[in-house]
Amino acid sequence: MTYNKRDDGRKFDDMRKIEAKVGVIDRADGSAMFKFGNTWAYAAVYGPRNLFPRFLQDPQKGILRCNYNMMPFSSSSERVRPGGSRRSKEISMVTEKALLPVLNLDEYPNSVVDVFIELPQTEAGSRTAGINAAAMALADAGLIMKDMVSSVSVGKVDDKLVVDLDYAEEAWPEGDVADTPVAIMANSGKVTLLQMDGIISKDELKELVKLAKKACQKIYEIQKKALKDKYKVEKNE
Amino acid sequence: MNEGLKDHIKLLLKSDTRLDGRKALEYRKPVKVEYGFTKTAEGSALVTIGKTIVSCGVKVEVGKPYPDRLDEGTIMVGAELLPLSNPDFESGPPRIEAIELARIVDRAIRESKAIDFKKLCIKEGEKVWVLIIDVCPLNDDGNLKDAASLAALAALKDFKFPKYDEKTETISFKEKTTKKLDLGNKDPLDVTVVKIGDSFIVDPDYEEEKVIEARLTVGSTKDGKLCALQKGGDYPLTEEDISKMVEIGIEKAKELRGAL
Repeated sequence: MTYNKRDDGRKFDDMRKIEAKVGVIDRADGSAMFKFGNTWAYAAVYGPRNLFPRFLQDPQKGILRCNYNMMPFSSSSERVRPGGSRRSKEISMVTEKALLPVLNLDEYPNSVVDVFIELPQTEAGSRTAGINAAAMALADAGLIMKDMVSSVSVGKVDDKLVVDLDYAEEAWPEGDVADTPVAIMANSGKVTLLQMDGIISKDELKELVKLAKKACQKIYEIQKKALKDKYKVEKNE
Repeated sequence: MNEGLKDHIKLLLKSDTRLDGRKALEYRKPVKVEYGFTKTAEGSALVTIGKTIVSCGVKVEVGKPYPDRLDEGTIMVGAELLPLSNPDFESGPPRIEAIELARIVDRAIRESKAIDFKKLCIKEGEKVWVLIIDVCPLNDDGNLKDAASLAALAALKDFKFPKYDEKTETISFKEKTTKKLDLGNKDPLDVTVVKIGDSFIVDPDYEEEKVIEARLTVGSTKDGKLCALQKGGDYPLTEEDISKMVEIGIEKAKELRGAL
């Protein structure tokens, strides 16, 4: 059986329903929420603030520290044990690398910018939702940014190239699946996150990155709107 | 402790006023419960008290019963003080504050006997349901204890058992049944009463939490019985303090139940 139609009726280059909101965690310096369908990420930014223990400090510039964490009840199968896994540590690291190129931390020596990403509900694409929320939270915190980061997962299910894989597609039992999370700097078009598991050809990869770029432009517009909406003045008539 | 802030709070309390204009025994507004906020849990709730937001999800496992309670299932409560919710929280294994929070929530539910653990038994001596209640604050603007207790009770009310296949011994998490938990009519809730100077307050915000002298978390059921207590803070309490605080706790729990 070939993959002709997506379960939820989306076109192959359609994303799941996106929701985004900025300023959701009052105590944070910046915060945001981002949803891809049933995948839901919160991000909070604290800092720049003092960094301890001191040996971690860089006297030349501030550092960025990201922490990706699935809440214990966020998986539709067994409970996720708290305390971080090898997977969550790796995702934290690639998230950090995905966001770092747009920041300018030269002005904050010896300091840290902490980004905490928490997921109350997941169903594929959680690292990309986390990156989208984190990028908005960094902007909300008022940090100097050269560009915005938008992220989506693209891939191949059977012989079809698809955008924003859901859980059913990631686990499609009847053929090959390749999953490629990508993050892109919206204005420069440069890629800051690229991972892949599965088997594809070189040409397919080129095509996938193009698809990701197109989708990220749409996400970028949603991120911008969410940031502006925080400061929208309700008109009283 | 910030003495200036404390003096100011004490002075205000003499005229039954607080930093944000509330009366001493007034909760912040709104007190709101949203059921089923996350679909991946078997039961969940999001509780808002003022600006404090606490999420709670219940997941379920099938485990072995304790050797001394062969026909009883059980509950487990976990609390994580997410660094996302408060600039003072750090990543890492749960510290004593998180452990205390989880145990306070656990005790009110367990000791009230709102859940009949015998009904969580699948096969005596072999298989029982274990409910794991996880509390995660999203924004800590103070009084996590009461918010967590309310969220946990609400999440249990929202709980539906998933399908369990006894032959293959697997839970199909995707298939929720319509079977809910029988929670009776107890509705156990914690109310934390705080002593600052000679005054008692409820629902401290995070500024007030910095100057707490003593606190008593009062767990009570709908019929006004006590089911759990926890004293905290560095200062001692007199007998009179305790009876006043318990009375306030029971009264205020009635008010909180209105949000369920």
